[in-house]
Amino acid sequence: MQVKDIITILDLKVFGGSQGLDREITGGYASDLLSDVMGHAEEGKIWITLQTHKNVIAIASLKELAAVILVKGAEPEADMLAQAEEEGIPVLGTGDQAFETTGKLFNLLSR
Amino acid sequence: MNRYRADLHIHTVLSPCGDLEMSPAIIVEKAREKALDIIGITDHNTTRHCKLINKLAEHAGIFVLMGTEVTTREEVHCLTFFENDDQLSEFQTYLEKHLPPIPNNTENFGYQVVVNEDEQIIDEIEFLLLSALDQSIDQVEKKVHSLGGIFIPAHIDRPSYSIISQLGFIPTDLLIDGIEISANCKIQSVIPFLGKQAGISIIRNSDAHYAENIGKAVSTFEMELRTFNEVKMALQGKLGRKVIIE
Repeated sequence: MQVKDIITILDLKVFGGSQGLDREITGGYASDLLSDVMGHAEEGKIWITLQTHKNVIAIASLKELAAVILVKGAEPEADMLAQAEEEGIPVLGTGDQAFETTGKLFNLLSR
Repeated sequence: MNRYRADLHIHTVLSPCGDLEMSPAIIVEKAREKALDIIGITDHNTTRHCKLINKLAEHAGIFVLMGTEVTTREEVHCLTFFENDDQLSEFQTYLEKHLPPIPNNTENFGYQVVVNEDEQIIDEIEFLLLSALDQSIDQVEKKVHSLGGIFIPAHIDRPSYSIISQLGFIPTDLLIDGIEISANCKIQSVIPFLGKQAGISIIRNSDAHYAENIGKAVSTFEMELRTFNEVKMALQGKLGRKVIIE
């Protein structure tokens, strides 16, 4: 499944980084501790978080994550968005909280 | 140059986690006992005990850095210090504006009381001071520096509430005046996380919540005088001033 497929199914907002919408998703990782994501998230995972600092993109890029989903209506800070554009990492958004988003994604990806 | 022993991270009874014995008078007394030349007063998201401690410490010959330990929106703890009462008051207004109105639960978190010189309770803070402000680390940094203050990410080696735990690494363009490591942290363990901020001053403090821990960890400031500006210069390594830790 590609990033663009889940956007339609989960009705996600695309803030930026749309060059990366064809990226393949291999699974998900939900965490708000960037040190944890840096240490444990694997390539191709889609990252669910409420953190909006630009370090999110640096770590997503480092770990070659598929995309970032910001939950609870969080919006990326301007410099986070600029870096996402530069790196081509999609930054998506939803009004749902992490629990619902993770649940929906889990079901979708385990089909 | 003179050498001054400093412990710049001390909580008072006003922090919910601060021991009830941590009154301004006892803190100053303990600091004198431990031969500290400089103390930093850093309650969580409030500065309301700073002015009183500053006054009491003056009589004891101790220099006070007045400030707070801010919790940013990312849940990063940062030490902030201000030179005078006006800047401190303006920052207090900023804190009150951005602290979410979540009531404190004294059973879980402890009391948040303001006391006077005679250790009588004169006020109790209604909202939980441990909450994160609705301001990002960049916004807090800009506010502190706009007031001429000092901004130092706290206990960066800790697995929670530290800039490294919350943000993975120190953002390369964040303007910081130094970093703090905890009492037992080995300096080598944080070096890999400094990245482009390598060369920044590293300080070590007690993070005391109990009187017996005041001065348990210290940083030595090598500078001419005990003034706010000299402390800044020492942190920046300017004109031969510096900070030394063991």
